[in-house]
Amino acid sequence: MAKPIRSGSDAMKRDFLLFIGFSVLVMLAPQYFRGGYMMNVLVFVGINTMLAIALNLLLGYAGQISLGHAGFFGLGAYLSGIMTTTFSLNPWLAMPLAAVAVGSLAFLIGFPVLKLKGHYLAMATLGLGIIFFIIFNETYEWTGGPSGLSGIPYLELGGISFNSDVKSYYLIWGFTLAVMLFALNLASSRVGRALRAVHDSEVAAQVLGVNARLLKVQIFALSALLSSIAGSLYAHTMTFISPTSFGFNFSIELLTMVVIGGLGSIYGSFLGAALLTLLPEILRGANDYDIIIYGGLLMVMVMYMPGGLVRGIPALFRKLAGRKGGVDHA
Amino acid sequence: MLEVSGITQIFGGVTALDNVSFSIAKGNITGVIGPNGAGKTTLFNIITGIYSQTAGTVTLEGKNVSGFPPERLARLAMVRTFQNIELFGGMTVLENVMVGMHTRSSSGLLACALKMPWTISEERRIRDGAMKWLEFTGIVDLADHLAGSLPFGKGRLLEIARALAVEPRIVLMDEPAAGLNSQETLGLAQLIKRIRDLGITVVLVEHDMELVMDICDRIVVLNLGRKLAEGTPREIQESPEVISAYLGDDD
Amino acid sequence: MQFDQILQYTLSGLSTGAIYALIGIGFSIIYNATGIINFAQGEFVMLGGLLTMSCLTVLKLPLWAAIPCAIAVSTLVGILFERLAIRPLRQPTPINLVIITIGGSILLRGLAMLVWGKDTHSVPPFSGDAPIAIGGATILPQHLWILAITLIIIFINKIYFYHTISGKAMRACSYNRRAAGLVGIDVKRMVLFSFIISSAMGAVAGIIVAPLTMTAYDVGVMLGLKGFCAAIIGGMSSGLSTVIGGLILGVLESLGAGLISSGYKDAIAFIILLLILFFRPQGLFGKADSERV
Repeated sequence: MAKPIRSGSDAMKRDFLLFIGFSVLVMLAPQYFRGGYMMNVLVFVGINTMLAIALNLLLGYAGQISLGHAGFFGLGAYLSGIMTTTFSLNPWLAMPLAAVAVGSLAFLIGFPVLKLKGHYLAMATLGLGIIFFIIFNETYEWTGGPSGLSGIPYLELGGISFNSDVKSYYLIWGFTLAVMLFALNLASSRVGRALRAVHDSEVAAQVLGVNARLLKVQIFALSALLSSIAGSLYAHTMTFISPTSFGFNFSIELLTMVVIGGLGSIYGSFLGAALLTLLPEILRGANDYDIIIYGGLLMVMVMYMPGGLVRGIPALFRKLAGRKGGVDHA
Repeated sequence: MLEVSGITQIFGGVTALDNVSFSIAKGNITGVIGPNGAGKTTLFNIITGIYSQTAGTVTLEGKNVSGFPPERLARLAMVRTFQNIELFGGMTVLENVMVGMHTRSSSGLLACALKMPWTISEERRIRDGAMKWLEFTGIVDLADHLAGSLPFGKGRLLEIARALAVEPRIVLMDEPAAGLNSQETLGLAQLIKRIRDLGITVVLVEHDMELVMDICDRIVVLNLGRKLAEGTPREIQESPEVISAYLGDDD
Repeated sequence: MQFDQILQYTLSGLSTGAIYALIGIGFSIIYNATGIINFAQGEFVMLGGLLTMSCLTVLKLPLWAAIPCAIAVSTLVGILFERLAIRPLRQPTPINLVIITIGGSILLRGLAMLVWGKDTHSVPPFSGDAPIAIGGATILPQHLWILAITLIIIFINKIYFYHTISGKAMRACSYNRRAAGLVGIDVKRMVLFSFIISSAMGAVAGIIVAPLTMTAYDVGVMLGLKGFCAAIIGGMSSGLSTVIGGLILGVLESLGAGLISSGYKDAIAFIILLLILFFRPQGLFGKADSERV
């Protein structure tokens, strides 16, 4: 996060302008990145940004790790996919239904899961994610098993079907910007402060009246719900889904995005998502070896830039500037 | 105001507190003193809902609150501070105090995320309220600093400001003078008196006898998990049991 | 017929269970000495199997030489891992440790893929593959090797922890790291030791299981997680409880796969894991006093 600014309304104004500026860039991007391929990559950046923000609310703000978020993402995608294919439901109806179902499920599981801390929480959420993955693979009659589920309809609005790259881009980024604004608002609010308080000292937060246990479960459910929405959007944009997109490796990829971008920073999540989505495209040909890069990046970031890119890069510049200029900092 | 009766705490066979009872009058500053291992901090942890006791009851303003979790006690206007200050180190000083206003505000998760109009005015109220408590404790100039970067003495003041933001009717302070220099301790004594003057009941566990004798209206003495004596500072100073417990010449 | 089937599943379950137990003990040893759950534990299992394969085929070593060679190299990797990833960590919070060991695990897996490719590789059984009949069931000689070697390892472990100075020091660390440091135990050295022992044990597990199940760059993930599950059932003990935990898990999995559905086999371990974490975080046999923080 940037340096605190004295008055609350100044900070609000600055955050608002930053968001407007970011939105304008997002809306103009298709003018500069022409071509279906690039649009397609940017659609993925949008979906991954949503997912990274969802995980960041849990990990970066509340300080609770999850290694199973790909499961909630997949659950949203499959619920949406099944409701719109097998039951021919309208996608606009399927998406919120899936989100509420996944959010409620996470809320219920959240009570026993979030009683655990640290390594145990990591293992439990990892286990959950793998159980979901196995379910996606094994319930053939619903999900099509390992060969996937196809024929999922595109979203439509007022006669426009979001079936081309540019249209998908605006659809996904519309949602991504909304999720971003939602998360930014939350982070700077009473609830966001309570979350960060729980992160820093759970007992002190409780003494001040924060129901830490409930709050952690709530944010876990919200995070799962947002992941489910991203999953639904993914399903309706790709029109085909298969379990491999929702496995353990993807949970780790999400974790990498959040850590690289910066824990507790919404724009950081965008940076992390963008970097990790673009990286394999840049390193074309080295496709199989991207996991080495993820692993290396995770380790290097935790060791040398624990604040993530969003804090590490400015700090680096300051350090370099300090070394050259010398005396502006006493 | 606050009454503890028959509090007993057994940790794996060791009796940390044995049938401790006393009551604290409204608007007083009460000190809980005793040699190391007397069970003072354990008692505090029980009263404030961090531990649950083996036996006995805690009554707050006539209401049995035994076993209530800390967040529920905060809603009943009871708050505490910690011996090793527990600040939210990654947040600014102002934000720390704003968390203290948690029970005095109500916007929910969705309302906050959707920035409903009422959350904006509530946010302003929280900020103004928090600033007021920073002024009260004299650290308003530090509002934008990270809490984790404060020197210990200022951190202590912040923790008190944060507790006051709960608008408690009773504050329990666990060794507020620990780690403070004599200058800071003097300031603390003044601050605690000003807190009492707001009508807030204060209970403190403290080792600094000068401070206790100076500001407390009543004193409860614990020794080896039992209540040894209770009374005004003068009575305590003259009590032979207390003197022998402190000088350790009872064997 | 039905009984024979159950016997068959139980026997093969016991040998996979023994593997889980070895991996689980590896988790527990590091956890007890350092408070870290090493998410990279499974990668040493993978290294053990693949290195043995390479020693046999590339270096043309005989089996009796290939195995110690593979263990030695895996242990070296364990030492490097501790030195390069764990020790330099400036803020060793649980989340950072989880992330760094996951990072290390992915890195090792990726490097293995670079070296050995994505194919599965086989390692020949230690003493032929003529099945042995036991009652109405049959087992392979390799199953016996697995059980025997596991027993020996556990025995050596016991001797090390209870009858050698460094083993006792390590137990002291597991009770109270600070106090151990105060009485002059070099805690950092113990941390390194714990990584050495558990990477060696992981490698052994990988070597003895490879002839049965084949091996590949990514076998470490599942085996590691199952081993963790065994350790959780055993309450993170580095002794008998975890062994029993591993055996229970192996048998349940094998029975579940045979009698219910093979597709859900892997889910069994994770459901047990969650149930134990939710309801008996101190392990199946532990007293209810340890807190999992």
